[in-house]
Amino acid sequence: MEKFIQLVVDGLSIGSVYAAIALAIVLVHSATGLINFAQGGMAVLATYVAWVLTNRGVPLVLAILGSILFSFVLGAVVERYLMRRFERGDPDTAVVVTIGLLTLITGIAGWLWTYNNQQFPSLFPLDTVSLLGVSISIRSIGTTLVIIVAMVLLQGLFFGTKLGLALRAVAINPQSAAFSGLPVERLLMVGWGLAAALGAVAGALVAPQLTLTPGMLDSVLVYGLAAVILGGLTSPVGVVIAAWIIGVLENLAAVYVGFIGFDLKVAVPFILIFVVLIVRPQGLFGRKTVVRV
Amino acid sequence: MTLLELEDVTASYGPVQVLDGVSLSVPENGAFGILGANGAGKTTTLRAISGTVRAGGRIVFAGKDIRGLRPDRVAALGIAHVPEGRGTLGDLTVRENLRVGAYLRKDSKGIDEDIEYCLDLFPNLRERISSNASALSGGEQQMLAVARAIMSKPRLLLLDEASLGLAPSTAKNVYDAIRRLRVESGIAMLVVEQNANLAFTLVDSATVLETGRNVLTGTSAELKGMDEIRRAYLGG
Repeated sequence: MEKFIQLVVDGLSIGSVYAAIALAIVLVHSATGLINFAQGGMAVLATYVAWVLTNRGVPLVLAILGSILFSFVLGAVVERYLMRRFERGDPDTAVVVTIGLLTLITGIAGWLWTYNNQQFPSLFPLDTVSLLGVSISIRSIGTTLVIIVAMVLLQGLFFGTKLGLALRAVAINPQSAAFSGLPVERLLMVGWGLAAALGAVAGALVAPQLTLTPGMLDSVLVYGLAAVILGGLTSPVGVVIAAWIIGVLENLAAVYVGFIGFDLKVAVPFILIFVVLIVRPQGLFGRKTVVRV
Repeated sequence: MTLLELEDVTASYGPVQVLDGVSLSVPENGAFGILGANGAGKTTTLRAISGTVRAGGRIVFAGKDIRGLRPDRVAALGIAHVPEGRGTLGDLTVRENLRVGAYLRKDSKGIDEDIEYCLDLFPNLRERISSNASALSGGEQQMLAVARAIMSKPRLLLLDEASLGLAPSTAKNVYDAIRRLRVESGIAMLVVEQNANLAFTLVDSATVLETGRNVLTGTSAELKGMDEIRRAYLGG
């Protein structure tokens, strides 16, 4: 029983990291209609910035805050100077551009900092606490809590502020939003910036566990995309829940389903996705797109 | 006093010239109509004004040349465009749509008063205030589109085919409300309308476009009296 609970909590923790990347992808998709494959790569770059800062003696929390700020600016700059040229054209082209950007960023990170694994300090102590007689790692609890806080803040931004309302309006119909005087281009930069900042949070949370490499978030990106598909592109809460389901299931399957083990556990979420998509093509929580004539 | 003046305005989509020298002027507090068949350039004229299509010629609003300005800048100067197809924000509630309309305003008390005014002008919207705009009927969406435009406190309203796709009685309701708005607010209006009968209930004067240029301009009374207008646009 203790092992089971520990596996669930660890699964929630890694699922939270998938959730952060998945939320970033949903944020960009809802603003611009694009899937940004470079979301993970940009987050890795931000994590390297935090790593460089800690190596220079900056306290970890400040270093991570610095990397979040860097990431926000990076996201805004990528939108302004790269993606804007492709946003009104063929969406397929734009998606390929983001894949190119991922390759480019990975290459730059490898060139600057080598492909060796770097140790990244953990925000949380590596101890365990005893909860109801079960010992649970503090890092898992902390990671999950940070993502929950980020999710609540994001929800508050979107549904409680004028900026959030403007971001949603631009996502629905940029041209019509401009007719009410909304500065569409600046709002798109903010959307990309927020997404990238979220990615930086994910990077800093997962780096101590995976160790920092230029390709650190490649598999996280795949799981994040899986969560996006499973949860439904239109539902931020659904995406987070889907990410948690994936994290927990993959952990449990590796231990309890004999033939899967740690080598095959990567396949678990995708089998789940196939099944879900056959039954519900819009994802677990997504809304069906109704086309009115 | 002239509020909006177009002089020899041209525009094209790629190689296709759509506007070939359109001129018109809308006086302060006035309502001016643009009539014409499909493809005559009516919608494009409005788009040239609001900055959503690149245009040549002169477009002067309140003494300022606005040709080439970005749409949000044009809106900030006091021009509210109610586009063809309404442009309501489907996933936002009616109230949120109205708040988006007031994006550039800082007077939260005035915004609340104006939301109240819109609900008074379009009572149908009052009971739908918390519904998503996508759940509204076509007529209600058109009302919401006009209401959202009013929320920015514009000096000029660009109205594109407000009757399109609506049942005749609904279209009449929408135009009744817009007429009331005109009387009560004094907002100037530039109105594109296929249904000339409806247009003449609102505008003081109008121009007829044919393949991107003016062929006739006059007061509503003059135009209504002309045989060719009656035949082409008023159903005999």
